[in-house]
Amino acid sequence: MLTIDQRTFDGIVAHAKRDHPDEACGIVAGPEGSDRPERLVEMVNAASSPTFYEFDSTDLLRLYRQMDDNDEEPVVIYHSHTATEAFPSRTDIALAQEPNAHYVLVSTREQGNTDGPAEFRSYRIIDGEVTEEEVTVVAQLSNV
Amino acid sequence: MAIEVRIPTILRTYTGGEKAVNGDGTSLSALIDDLEANHPGIKERLIDPDSNGGDLRRFVNVYINDEDVRFIGGLEATLADGDEVVVLPAVAGG
Repeated sequence: MLTIDQRTFDGIVAHAKRDHPDEACGIVAGPEGSDRPERLVEMVNAASSPTFYEFDSTDLLRLYRQMDDNDEEPVVIYHSHTATEAFPSRTDIALAQEPNAHYVLVSTREQGNTDGPAEFRSYRIIDGEVTEEEVTVVAQLSNV
Repeated sequence: MAIEVRIPTILRTYTGGEKAVNGDGTSLSALIDDLEANHPGIKERLIDPDSNGGDLRRFVNVYINDEDVRFIGGLEATLADGDEVVVLPAVAGG
């Protein structure tokens, strides 16, 4: 199950709408091993494409160094689908290389850039196997 | 000669869970052969199987001292004692 706070959830959806019709992408970092998505980092889609996304290689290194310094890991890796449902594509499954991450898909096919609820779904993708999981949106993450 | 190699989560099954290992070699290609000798199986995850051993996989990024090796000679990029190599899987999809 993915538990995410409302503000981060809204931030991901807003990013997806803003970049529509291109795919938007980013991560939510959190303390290593905590499974807490705490720090939203919007990334640039280096592919600038409605059918593909990729983090720029320099941005990727900078991001991972930053997470390393903070003892963080990518708890959520998100991207949008702009013409299809929020389900991992064959390419998404083939390229998923973070076994600990929740892969979040947002679909903007219905609303595009406009207001309104967007389809928001979460998956585990491990060794080519996709498992959908429940998403729980909370006002804020509980204190530990 | 020691070169520190940072290993991403997905490849730590080959390094016994280690986040970083030491390697040896005067080029990236030689370093990868050295890694393979100590961590069998890792080479196949780095080298494009369709390239005849000549290229990195498209969705694996390797950096030498923060430079993407694609811009500094790919597998022929040179290495020296004390260099730091980082391996990161691309974050990409469709």
